[in-house]
Amino acid sequence: MKTNDVIIQFTAKIVFFIIFFFAIHIFLAGHYTPGGGFVGGLLASSAIVLLVLAFDINTVRTIIPVTYTTLTACGLIIALATASFPMLLGDPFFTHYFDYFTLPLIGKTSLHTAMLFDTGVFLVVVGVTMTIIQTIGEDE
Amino acid sequence: MAQLLYIFIPMLAAVLLPFLYKYIKSIHTGWFVLAVPATLVAIYITYIGAVARGEVFTATMNWIPSLAINFTSYLDGLSLLFSLLITGIGSLVVLYSIFYLDKEKEQLHNFYIYLLLFMSAMLGVVQSDHLISLYFFWELTSISSFLLIGYWFTRDGSRFGALKSMMITVGGGLFMLGGFILLSIMGDTYSIRELIAQAPELVNHEYFTWALVLVLLGAFTKSAQFPFYIWLPDAMEAPTPVSAYLHSATMVKAGIYLVARLTPIFAMSEIWVWLVSGIGLLTLFWGSFFAVKQTDLKGILAFSTVSQLGLIMSLLGASAVAFHVTNAEDTIFKFAAYAAIFHLINHATFKGSLFMIAGIVDHETGTRDIRKLGGLMSVMPLSFTVAAIGSFSMAGLPPFNGFLSKEMFLTAMLALKDFELFNFDTWGILFPVVAWIASVFTFVYSFYFVFYTFVKKREAQLPTNVHEAPIGMLISPIILATFVVTIFFIPNVIGDLFVKPAVIAIQPFLYSSPGEVKIAVTAWHGFNTELFMTIGVVMFGLLLFMTVKRWQKLYALQPEFLSLNRAYDGMMLGLDVGANRFSKLYMTNSMRSYLIYMFSAISVIVIGTLLFKGAFTMSFEGTAPIRAYELILLVVLVTGVITTLIAKSRLTAIIGLGSVGYTVALFFVIFNAPDLALTQLVIETISVALFLLAFYHLPPLTKVNERMRFQVNRAVVSIAVGAMVTILALSAQSQKVFPSISKYYEETVATLAGGGNIVNVILVDYRGFDTLFEIAVLGIAGMGIFAMIKLRLTKKENINENK
Repeated sequence: MKTNDVIIQFTAKIVFFIIFFFAIHIFLAGHYTPGGGFVGGLLASSAIVLLVLAFDINTVRTIIPVTYTTLTACGLIIALATASFPMLLGDPFFTHYFDYFTLPLIGKTSLHTAMLFDTGVFLVVVGVTMTIIQTIGEDE
Repeated sequence: MAQLLYIFIPMLAAVLLPFLYKYIKSIHTGWFVLAVPATLVAIYITYIGAVARGEVFTATMNWIPSLAINFTSYLDGLSLLFSLLITGIGSLVVLYSIFYLDKEKEQLHNFYIYLLLFMSAMLGVVQSDHLISLYFFWELTSISSFLLIGYWFTRDGSRFGALKSMMITVGGGLFMLGGFILLSIMGDTYSIRELIAQAPELVNHEYFTWALVLVLLGAFTKSAQFPFYIWLPDAMEAPTPVSAYLHSATMVKAGIYLVARLTPIFAMSEIWVWLVSGIGLLTLFWGSFFAVKQTDLKGILAFSTVSQLGLIMSLLGASAVAFHVTNAEDTIFKFAAYAAIFHLINHATFKGSLFMIAGIVDHETGTRDIRKLGGLMSVMPLSFTVAAIGSFSMAGLPPFNGFLSKEMFLTAMLALKDFELFNFDTWGILFPVVAWIASVFTFVYSFYFVFYTFVKKREAQLPTNVHEAPIGMLISPIILATFVVTIFFIPNVIGDLFVKPAVIAIQPFLYSSPGEVKIAVTAWHGFNTELFMTIGVVMFGLLLFMTVKRWQKLYALQPEFLSLNRAYDGMMLGLDVGANRFSKLYMTNSMRSYLIYMFSAISVIVIGTLLFKGAFTMSFEGTAPIRAYELILLVVLVTGVITTLIAKSRLTAIIGLGSVGYTVALFFVIFNAPDLALTQLVIETISVALFLLAFYHLPPLTKVNERMRFQVNRAVVSIAVGAMVTILALSAQSQKVFPSISKYYEETVATLAGGGNIVNVILVDYRGFDTLFEIAVLGIAGMGIFAMIKLRLTKKENINENK
């Protein structure tokens, strides 16, 4: 039986971006309002999962040509590097640096090294979730 | 500081090697490596003058200041001598390996990285003043030795030998760590120098004997003393440069170094004197006796190394005697420490060259089996000359350096029989007797090695057309052989420069500067007992050597099942089988059993603690009234759970479970926890998607078991888990022993972390460690799933690791 998936495919194309940008927003907003790297990562993966459901794994792989195991490794390295960087300056492991800046266009904002660490978390979550889904999904 | 850096230079150089190996194919990687030890030798040579005058150099760098752990490089006579041996022999070995290892066929980058790693580790061992960093480097030598022995990892024997050496030396190292910790408790410091300064008080401490025995276990395993020597012959699976370097010249001498270094602390003990000299002597005899049994060239050398290490060990034991007599510097006991260090240098020279010759023979003829070899003298004259020099020195003949140290060894052993404490007046006579017998066998295996390889008529046809080794390969052994001869003629130069400064490290209470060590080595010292003993050794040695073929059969009398190797194999097998059997008891391969274990353990622990501590209370004070939506949600939740349980099809169950998850998310929403609600919703969505994917692979529910039987134990476990959670929640709600930490977070979130959302700030800042480990676990889980699905072995694939 040939399934008719025009509607879901069409919707997915639009909804993917909505979810994905929402994921980015949630990730960036995490320090002040609900969100963070973990939820952001999960949301981003759910956006990709939606594509997988609407199309199929191979199509999605050509659309997003990312090796998810590498992504996981990158995330772990970023997290660990952020955590160990203060040691080079003589501070304890995991020292959190932050300050407030006034940037053009955006205005007054704060920058945290926790953000970098959260980026690592984000990447690991996306990487692992997608690794699991991809490997199970591909297994025939 | 620079002095400390020298230790790490090889390790830093190792970082560059993969690139050199990859991008500069035309030049053998060994040439780049050679620069490292060669530079270090040059650096350490500049220290010789000052150290020979009795100066010491120290440099310290903090490692873990909060635990008072640091790297301290302490260069005195003993450390400098070892450092020179490590880098000097290291240079020669690297040079030799360039010709030994083919640049096309071998994984050179692996080899040299392991070798450089070892070099750093070994320099660290001999220069560390801090016990913990010493231990760190000590184990690093074991690990690099493991890697080097297993270098040809496709061979069964290599892997077996690597594992065996690692098991024994690392095991001994752990004992030693225990000894170190006891020492640090006794002296309240990790510094060896400070411990030595306190030596007189330490003797009476209750832990003293424990520390002594544990440290000796470490030293004996590393230096291949009886009965731990069994790893060394199996370590001969390593490439020959490694055997020459690690397993004869340097690493196996780490135990000797440790014993020498700690002699000032432990020498006052009777147990120390007996154990070190006794085990040393037993090893000396055992090794020399069984060396004649070997048929593999490197096997002979391995047993000979064991035996020579025993010799040095027994001398160190005898040197401790000097701590027990008054005016030791005037008595005959003073010779032992000098002889030990002197022989250590000599052994490194002649054994290094012999190993290299064994490698050359193997390389050129394709076999190391002494039964197949013979008559190589005419085709390999240079190799034969070097081998003869090394062997005669090992046998203790003039004019080679082995003769001098062998004579001094006999002097020291003869002196022991005159020592009056510790029952030496009755048992002491055994020392010169056993030493003499061992010397006879040493003579026999030395001759056996050189004559059966080079002179005896060859019986079998060799597979290849044999010719002399390339000159590059011969340079290193020739240099070493030159030392063997030179040292015989200038022993006192060596003595003043190297031996005396090292001796004062062993006997610091006796002398205050190297100049006070009044010992002069002479080749000729009149007709005394030692000379007659040597003549006796030569006569009996020659006699036994002539008849070796007749009595070699006697070795077959030793039943195989009584050997130490068999004991080791049995132990390993027993551990393996036993551990497997134990695991099989509870590892049933059924997820259900595992869940039952986990859940019952958790509920027993938690409920037990609650009961035991009387922590269970119930109070509804200050709780909010139950509202209508909560009741509705509760009904939905319970319906979802029941649906999941009784569902006939898997799809219904998944949907039921999903509804449970979403309802919980709604609970979070009405209780004002947006972060949790968000996470819960997304997790629920993704797990439903995951279920749908896995759905395809699962068997239909009805086929598994038509009707799930009611099982009492499962019911008990599930009720217990439910009860546990309920009781825990109620108790936690009803009593606040500590003020909630959320107040602290609320107050500091802006000042300490510069954030506003406590939940996320906890994740990335307050409890960043947790998150770091969690994502690491997540990554591992992902890899695990990937590996299980993608890399599973099909039955057809060959699981044999050997090529």
